[in-house]
Amino acid sequence: MADGLQPTTEAIRVEDLHKSFGSLEVLKGVSLTAHEGDVVAIIGGSGSGKSTMLRCINFLETPTSGRIAIAGEAVAMRPTGAPADRRQLERIRQSLGMVFQQFNLWSHRTVLENLIEVPVQVMKCPRGEAMDRARKLLARVGLAEKEAAYPAFLSGGQQQRAAIARALCMEPKAMLFDEPTSALDPELVGEVLAVIRDLAAEGRTMILVTHEMKFAREVASHVIYLHNGRVEEEGPPDALFGDPKSERLKQFLRSVS
Amino acid sequence: MFALSATAAELLAWSPPRMGATLVAGLGNTILIALGAYGMGLVIGVAGAFGKLYGGPVTKDLLAVYTTLVRAVPELVLLLLITFAAKDGINKILTSNGFDPIDFSGVVAGIVVLGVVQGAYSTEVLRGAIQSVPAGQIEAARAMGMSPGKIARRVTLPLMTSAAVPGLANLWLTVTKDTALLAVIGFIELTKATSLAAGTTKSFLTFYLAAGVLYLMLSLVSGLIFGRIEKWARRGQRTLAGGGM
Ligand SMILES: Nc1ncnc2c1ncn2[C@@H]1O[C@H](COP(=O)(O)OP(=O)(O)O)[C@@H](O)[C@H]1O
Ligand SMILES: [Mg+2]
Repeated sequence: MADGLQPTTEAIRVEDLHKSFGSLEVLKGVSLTAHEGDVVAIIGGSGSGKSTMLRCINFLETPTSGRIAIAGEAVAMRPTGAPADRRQLERIRQSLGMVFQQFNLWSHRTVLENLIEVPVQVMKCPRGEAMDRARKLLARVGLAEKEAAYPAFLSGGQQQRAAIARALCMEPKAMLFDEPTSALDPELVGEVLAVIRDLAAEGRTMILVTHEMKFAREVASHVIYLHNGRVEEEGPPDALFGDPKSERLKQFLRSVS
Repeated sequence: MFALSATAAELLAWSPPRMGATLVAGLGNTILIALGAYGMGLVIGVAGAFGKLYGGPVTKDLLAVYTTLVRAVPELVLLLLITFAAKDGINKILTSNGFDPIDFSGVVAGIVVLGVVQGAYSTEVLRGAIQSVPAGQIEAARAMGMSPGKIARRVTLPLMTSAAVPGLANLWLTVTKDTALLAVIGFIELTKATSLAAGTTKSFLTFYLAAGVLYLMLSLVSGLIFGRIEKWARRGQRTLAGGGM
């Protein structure tokens, strides 16, 4: 999409990221750069470290070492990898809309309340303004009629679309998706992918961990194949899917097709 | 027996010999102590639960000692310990240092003892409730840049309430009945008031039945209130009965 153009503004940069859980080294020095408008897809087998890599970007997991910068601003880290400045991290997190496999909507709040919670309570946006924005987003993801419903009364696909709208309601600089359709019944996958496709088309910066290879090939501007905590191969989707170089990626693509 | 109802009506009348008023005053004291102890227990419980889950090793050990000890020793022993031993000890220290002794009235001792006991049980109920909060919902709040305090107030506390209410309702019923222990140290709550009235009039059956009815009414009203609270706390949850939004 942004190919050919020279992308100028860097949205997300991850450099030489390491992460261990105890003695298990899950990420062994991975890097990634997303410019504004890029859609970076992360693929790889189960347990290869995709979620961990994504969750290190907003420090849901504390890296063991490495550097992370959002819109050019490095996240302050202690030598241990722990975030050094809670306020800075909270501000940066507000600029990254995260969407989880399990949706994670707040069950005690209605759909509309879910959307305006962080804008009103944390970002000090006037309530009326947040509600207007929330209603527009709900209309956009096809949930205008569900604003007063509690999450438990929605289907999985509706919950995930609401979760995407909740992330968008913070007006983030970039979106992080961790297998957004993996918990859905097959017939509900399409409606969620349609929303994500729509976001890609309007030039949103996104990092997308996914098992949907066809979808990754369609929307991604760059694909990263993780294997055993390392970037085994990366490149534009047509090269990666059409002409894989490494034996492992070939094997992986055969196993998922 | 045939004269009992007339006699009972007279005995329980508000005006002289005013034994009805004595019982109701006792009930008032019972509710006062129960509310005080329950409130104190909740404050201890919230702090204790968060401390047990997220505190440092020393905090966790101290809290473990507290909940284990308090739940092991009979309330009556704790009550006597505080009212007599602690009272003597503390006042001895105070007076020997030139301070005035504190008046450990029944109300203060009762609230403190039952509050400390309630705190131990509340800690356990609330700890379980916090653990029942789905981790993903807290994680979503973290990912969106909420501060730890905001997460506690806006996500953890409301979500744990529905899990905590049944246990907390039980604790309330326990504390209303535990107030009867204060009769032992001479504090005139409902049970003591009843035994006084019964002793004076020799109409034991009438007064203890009346007291039983009052305890029952307290329990029924409490049940209604807690039912409301639970319904509110469960908003957004699907029940087996279906239920709306
Ligand atoms: N909190 C954790 N504690 C210990 N090990 C973990 C934790 N999270 C993930 N892992 C391990 O790290 C590895 C990578 O996990 P993950 O990033 O979730 O993989 P993927 O998303 O690619 O399936 C797996 O072996 C997993 O068991
Ligand atoms: Mg994963």
